[in-house]
Amino acid sequence: MSDRREPLFSAKNRKLLTAPLSKENPITIQVLGICSALAVTVKLEPAFVMALSVTAVLAVGNVVISLLRKTIAPRIRIIVQLVVIAALVILVDQVLKAFVYDVSKQLSVFVGLIITNCIIMGRFEAFAMSNKVWPSFLDGLGNAAGYGWILIVVAFFRELLGSGTIWGYKVIPQGFYDFGYKDNGLMILPPMALIVVGIIIWVQRNKDKELIEEN
Amino acid sequence: MSALRALVDKIKPQFEKGGRLEYLHSTFEAFESFLFVPNTTTRHGSHIRDYIDMKRTMSVVVLALVPALLFGMWNVGYQHFLSHGEASTLWQNFWFGFGKVFPILVVSYVVGLGIEFIFAQIRGHEVNEGFLVSGILIPLIVPPDTPLWMVAIATAFAVVIGKEVFGGTGMNILNPALTARAFLFFAYPQDMSGDKVWIADKADAFSGATPLGDLLVNEPLSSLPSISDMFWGFIPGSVGETSTFLILVGAVILIITGIGSWRIMLSVFLGGFGLATLFWAIGPYVAPDNVYMNLPPYFHMIMGGFAFGAVFMATDPVTASQTSRGKWYYGILIGVMAVLIRVLNPAYPEGMMLAILLMNVFAPLIDHYVVEANIKKRKKRAKSAQLATV
Repeated sequence: MSDRREPLFSAKNRKLLTAPLSKENPITIQVLGICSALAVTVKLEPAFVMALSVTAVLAVGNVVISLLRKTIAPRIRIIVQLVVIAALVILVDQVLKAFVYDVSKQLSVFVGLIITNCIIMGRFEAFAMSNKVWPSFLDGLGNAAGYGWILIVVAFFRELLGSGTIWGYKVIPQGFYDFGYKDNGLMILPPMALIVVGIIIWVQRNKDKELIEEN
Repeated sequence: MSALRALVDKIKPQFEKGGRLEYLHSTFEAFESFLFVPNTTTRHGSHIRDYIDMKRTMSVVVLALVPALLFGMWNVGYQHFLSHGEASTLWQNFWFGFGKVFPILVVSYVVGLGIEFIFAQIRGHEVNEGFLVSGILIPLIVPPDTPLWMVAIATAFAVVIGKEVFGGTGMNILNPALTARAFLFFAYPQDMSGDKVWIADKADAFSGATPLGDLLVNEPLSSLPSISDMFWGFIPGSVGETSTFLILVGAVILIITGIGSWRIMLSVFLGGFGLATLFWAIGPYVAPDNVYMNLPPYFHMIMGGFAFGAVFMATDPVTASQTSRGKWYYGILIGVMAVLIRVLNPAYPEGMMLAILLMNVFAPLIDHYVVEANIKKRKKRAKSAQLATV
């Protein structure tokens, strides 16, 4: 036993946590998990709950897969991964139904569809299958956070401009409406979520020129 | 004129490299070339330049739109006084409409050009003149009562998301004016459809739906305005689209000057007319209740934005197909789609906008296959010629 133990938050581990927030963001750079980003971002509250759910599934799932990684036969690894995800998603779904029933109703089928969220399978395959438990956990948290903040930013603008509310509270004063202001119906439709994500990508790449792809 | 030239020449050094106002170079350049044909000479490559550059092209399109615009202003006033049952003179009508339409025109230009100048400045590009046409198209395709702030937001959206993100004039996939219209349609549907918005300051008791909208509530065909009213344009509607006649005048200007493609205009009408005829023929057997389906085909041409879209929107040189054969496919499909949407999806009685936007997206694909087919044909010919000589 020679190696000195790596500190829990070594530079490498910290990077696992922070890189997905910007440079390796699952949504804006890897363009994964777009479908749920379009579907659940009409209001802030469901988007936030969705982000939390994905965090739970991804962090715990990464840990489980990382623990099992030496026993999973490569040929059946996808099935094993799916079983793990499905089990976790069912747990999350039950918890949501028990404690935040209204939001769970709003999210409806999209909680179940976390199973098909490409980010989760992607991290299992790309990271948890070949890394130790602690880094896998951090990687799961980091990627879920990278996914989550995009969701929340998109939902913020869509709720503000589409419904005039934030977290269900009216923030645009009634005076505006009396004056002729109207909520933007396009913001509630999914295409606008895509455009908002596009604008985030645009801003991000303008700030960090390294991210601009050659074509 | 020479005094103006002298003035421009005098202040020019300030904007050149090293001058005090260098950062405003593209703004200056835009105004200079707006006033005078640029006297740049080519340095290498082809030395032939057409004197019709983009600014001159755009001016012709604007000119072709002016009849529809002036008539539109008059018609806004005419419909207003008609709905109140008041008698009015030609000038009363015109000035009332002018008061409604001119602010929209100003807002659309100020916002759109403002954004174009800012982007050109930041990127160090020349200011492109594409917006000169979009800026006049936008007021022509909105209802006369559209609130100005909506026009401003829609214009900003169209210029930024429809055009600048793709790299500015000439790089856009979608027609900017239609992008603005589509934005308004989906964002503020109450202000863009129904029977409240088409006549400015309408009297409450007066039904103000457009002929297309009238049919939506299954009013009998006989309640429509007369064919001649619809052709000359004495009907409620978006500002510039009501008069099919003046749109055709614009079409003639565009075709004679060679700026609008007659292939696209003709094929849009052919496609629309063809499908409408088919629907009309099978209508009584398939869906006797669908009013749109049982409409005589020429009605589709003179109602709603069909003619306006065919002449001024579909022919946009940037977003249309570029190949001659591609233009036929592109136009026919626009006509077909427009009628298809009108007839089979009553939620969107005005299918022209969506049809053109959809085909804008497909235009590069059409070109691709036309070019590929041509290459294949010529290869085959070359091969058989080779075989013949051996």
